Order: sequence, then structure tokens, then C-alpha cells
Amino acid sequence: MSFLSIRNLSARLKGRPDQILRRVSLEVAAGEVRGLVGESGAGKSMIGKAILGTLPQSVEITGGQIILDGTDLLSLPTAQRRTLIGAKCALIPQDPLTALNPSRRIGPQITNRLVDILHWTRADAEKRARDLLAEVQIPDPERVMRSYPHELSGGMRQRILIASAFAAEPKLIIADEPTTALDVTVQKQILKLIAAMQARHGTALLFVTHDLGVVSKVCQSLSVLYAGYVLEDSTIPDFFHTPKHPYSRALLAATPKYTDPDGSLTPVSDAVIAATRAEVEAADRSAHV
Amino acid sequence: MQFLQSVLLRLCTTLITLAGVAVIVFFVIRVVPGNPIAMMLPPGATEADVARLTALYGLDKSIPQQFLIWVSGVLQGDFGTSITTKQPVLQLVLSRLPATLELSVMALIIAVILGGFMALTGTRLRGSKTEAAIDVGNGMALSVPDFLWGLILILTFGVLIPIFHISGRVTPSLPLPFTTNFYLTESVLRLRFDLWLDIAAHMFMPALALAIPLAAIIGQLLKQSLKETMHLDYVTLARTKGYSETHVILREALPNAILPTLTLVGVQFTFLIGGTVIIERLFSYEGLGNMAIDAVINRDLPLIQGIVILFAVIFTGVNLLVDLTYAALNPRLRHA
Ligand SMILES: Nc1ncnc2c1ncn2[C@@H]1O[C@H](COP(=O)(O)OP(=O)(O)O)[C@@H](O)[C@H]1O
Ligand SMILES: [Mg+2]
Repeated sequence: MSFLSIRNLSARLKGRPDQILRRVSLEVAAGEVRGLVGESGAGKSMIGKAILGTLPQSVEITGGQIILDGTDLLSLPTAQRRTLIGAKCALIPQDPLTALNPSRRIGPQITNRLVDILHWTRADAEKRARDLLAEVQIPDPERVMRSYPHELSGGMRQRILIASAFAAEPKLIIADEPTTALDVTVQKQILKLIAAMQARHGTALLFVTHDLGVVSKVCQSLSVLYAGYVLEDSTIPDFFHTPKHPYSRALLAATPKYTDPDGSLTPVSDAVIAATRAEVEAADRSAHV
Repeated sequence: MQFLQSVLLRLCTTLITLAGVAVIVFFVIRVVPGNPIAMMLPPGATEADVARLTALYGLDKSIPQQFLIWVSGVLQGDFGTSITTKQPVLQLVLSRLPATLELSVMALIIAVILGGFMALTGTRLRGSKTEAAIDVGNGMALSVPDFLWGLILILTFGVLIPIFHISGRVTPSLPLPFTTNFYLTESVLRLRFDLWLDIAAHMFMPALALAIPLAAIIGQLLKQSLKETMHLDYVTLARTKGYSETHVILREALPNAILPTLTLVGVQFTFLIGGTVIIERLFSYEGLGNMAIDAVINRDLPLIQGIVILFAVIFTGVNLLVDLTYAALNPRLRHA
């Protein structure tokens, strides 16, 4: 049984027929790194938010299950669900510039949950924060813990958010495009850091990205999302050798190769997009009868 | 360093403001018709009596001359003598100031509690009927000015269901052991909670009348800022950490959402103090505002000047305090 198992999850904008998620199913085993890829607007972030219980109020879940470690999150009352998620999951957010509270020092932003919710002593929590900051290669953790977010660079802040995500030893971390908001020069370091932290802590990781190159380096399996619909679910070797779906093949052809970064690229053609859209809509119709 | 500089700059502009207020008030009340001397003499007083008194109060000199005399007095702490009561203006004004300060601060506290409660409840119950009801209530509170609230409160809790005092500052028959005029504060310090209760029950209605419009403003603005803040990434992140929604609102969103409200409360608090003039009259509350109206009716020029200057000092002082608090609460400004 997977640690996280999403089954037939559907969501839409409240009071509107447009589907944001269409019977999404995906599994993340304990310790596994799964990529979640798709173009912008495909619904990748919505899946992450649905798991973490942070969907916007305008979005409602219309069906399906999100089973975390054997418990269906959607059947729990909000307070209980939050406690469970807080204990087992963590988020590495997309934009490190907005994900830290501007009026609070870094130290408490890492330690507060350990003290408030997990009832650690303040001293233990602070030691934990120092160790983690050192682990994410932040020089002078003591000083950084006393700093305010605006005194630190974007790369530093993302390291802090990574450290913070690992603080309570979660079983599953959701990383939502954790490098897109960063300088190109820092992106690679942060990516390496996440991979290294994941390997060392053995945490399962749902890695949201629109970059197949990144997926090939970090993940063991992936789900391809289009218009809220999972087109393909493969292991990484299978996907890169024998992609099943035409859209996947087109996506691969549109991605610079790890081995040949300057090779020729073909953008995803309109024909493939039209065929994919038709397939998604046909699947919708057959599900509704 | 920069901080100190900006404080000094603020102090300078404050002084200039006060000087401007002094000039304007001094000349305006002398241009307005009405003779204070004629009003204080009994009918049948002779021309000579009038001339003698006019000279006594220096009103026979030219207006610029009078101004110079007054200013040089003020600079030495002498605000002149009240024409109606013959007492030093400074002493009169300072004896009434505590009543008005206590009333204003009480009103501010009520407004902050009411408004804060509205904003927090509305945010916690976003999208519910309760939030809609709060919005409607705020709108109504805002569209009625403080003195009308005063009348409504007098009619409701003074006449229909008489549970609060609606006149005066304290029950006149009570013996008061106080050495200062800060009755409410001193009753607490002396542990005379019986007196405290009586004074608070007198103060509650006028304070509430002053507080209701401000509470509505605080409620609306704070709720708006909270609503915007609740969508920010760090708030969402706090939710995923297992905190309750109430904790997320109070500890993550509120400290950041409160800054615009704080600035506004500063400005609005000065309006509230201005509102005491009419509210004190309405509730026969013996404060500065009530005294100001008497002074204007009697054309007691030195007293009017003294009261206006004091109000101006309070206004600018409040504004300065708000700016400093704002800087202290916002780490970005503190380090800049
Ligand atoms: N706050 C919101 N309210 C309503 N619709 C939204 C909101 N945020 C995103 N959407 C819509 O939901 C769909 C999926 O968005 P998202 O999950 O953010 O895509 P991405 O794959 O780029 O992360 C998009 O069509 C987007 O327009
Ligand atoms: Mg996204």
C-alpha cells in the first residue's frame, strides 16, 4: 500500500462546470520520489493543495479519495485533517520570497511548530533548526536564525524553507516548482540539495515541475498531467525510453536532453494538443454516463 | 541614527503646526462678533465699567499687540486668566483634561475591542452568514455619526431601559477621595472598585457613542487587510504545519495585517477626541469639550485659546505616537 494514494480525485470551480481535476489517480510509495509534470495551468498545484488541504475557497472537490497512510483525508473534519497533515506532510513552496512571514525572525519560523504542536522544548527545537540549517549549507546558522526574511537572498530563503520542511521529519514532502522562482545559477544547487536531503532522510517526495529535465534527474516515477487529467503514469526509465502517450512523446521532443543540451527541439504541435484535448473530453463524457 | 533624525524632524514640524494653530485661533476668535466683557457685566453697567474691564483683560490693545502679549505669556507657561471664572486658564484646562483623556481612551479601547472582534470573527467565518451580518452591521455603524449614536444610546439605555447613567461623570452624592482628576485610573489604584464601577457606568454610554463609528472603521479595514493576508503564501504554509485556523489568523496573519489599521486608528483617534466636544455636552460630562462649548458661548477668549492649543498638542502627539509605533512594529522600517 502506497503512503499516499489519490483515487479518482475530481475538482471544479464552485458553481461552474469546468473541471480543474478529472478523476486524478496517483500513488507515492514511502520514500519514493514521484514527478508531477504538465504545462502551466494543468492543475499540478491544485493536486498539491488538495493533499495539503489548502485549496482556494472557490475550488470544490467533487469526488474521489486522498488516502494518506491509510486514512482518507477527505472524510476527516478540518481540524483533524490539519493535525494529520501537519504531522506527516510538509510543503516546499514555489516562491521563497513570499513564503516566509516578513515580521518574524527565521528561527521561530522553523522552531515554532516543533514547540507549539509537537511539544518539543525550545532548546531542542533550536538545536534541531541549527543542525538543519547547517545541513542545507547555510553558513552561520545562528545569525540566520536571528535574521528577518528581507535580510536574506532568495536562494538562502529557499534553503531555509527546505530545512523547515524537513524539521518535523515528515513522511511526505510536496515540492511545488521549488526552483522556478530562483535565479538560474541557484536553481541547480537547490535541486541537488532537495535530492540530497530526500535521499538522506528517506522522505517520499511529490515533485511538481514543468521541466522534464529536472524530473529525469530527481525522480523515480512520474505522472503526466494535462487539463487536470493524468495522461501517463510511468517509471522514469520507461518514460524516457518508451513514452506511452503521444503527448508525452511530444513533450520529450520539446525538452532539452540532459546528454545533449544543445540538440534540436520541436515544440508540442497543435495537432497533438488537439488530439489530447479530445481524448480528455471523451474520457469526461464516458465517465458521466 | 536615521530614526533619531526623523523623530527630530517630526518634532520640528509639530512645533510649526502648533504655532500655526495658535495664530489662526487667536485671530479668528477676535474677528468673530461678540463682546466677552459685555456678557459678564450685569445690566446697567456704565461705559466706564466696560472700559475698565476691557483694559484689565488687555482687550483695548490692537490685535497684534494682544497676540504678542499672549504668546510671550504662553512661552513662560502662562495662558492668561479665564474671563468668566477669573481662574488661570492653564489650571482650568488641566483640571478638565483628565476627564476627556479617560473618556477618549475608554472609547478607543471599546472601539479596538469591538472592531477587532468583528474583523477576526468575520475572517474566521469567511463566506458565512455571520460574515455578511458583520458587514451589514459595520455599514450601519458607519453611516450614523457619533452624536446620533449618543442620542440613540440615551433614548435606549437611559430612558427605555435605564441601566446606565447618561449624565455627569460620577454620582454627585458620592464622597470622592481623589487627589487627581483621573478618577477612573485613580479609583483602580486606590482599589475603590465601588467608585470605579460608578465612574465606568457613567462613562460607558458616551464612550460607546464615540467608539461605534471607529469600531466599524477598524472592523472593515482590518477585515479587508486580513482577507488579503490570508491568501499569502506564508499563511498557507502555516496551515500545512498543523496549526488551527484561529492560530493562523491570530499569529501569522494579524501581525502583518494590522499595520494599515494602526495608522488609520491614529488619524481616527484624533477625530474621536474632536467628537468629545459634542458628546460631552450631550451627556453633561465634565470634560474639556464641555468646557470648550461654555467658553465659546461666553466668548471667554483666553480659555478658548488655551483649550484649542491643548487639543492641538494632543492631536499632534497622538500622530507622533502612531508613527513611532508603526516604525517599531515593522522590522523593515526599524532596520532601514
Ligand atoms: N485561486 C484560484 N481560483 C480559481 N481557479 C484557479 C485558482 N488558481 C488556479 N486556478 C485554475 O486552476 C487550474 C489549475 O491551476 P494550477 O494547479 O495552479 O496549475 P499549475 O499546473 O500551473 O500548477 C488553472 O486552470 C487555473 O486557472
Ligand atoms: Mg503551479
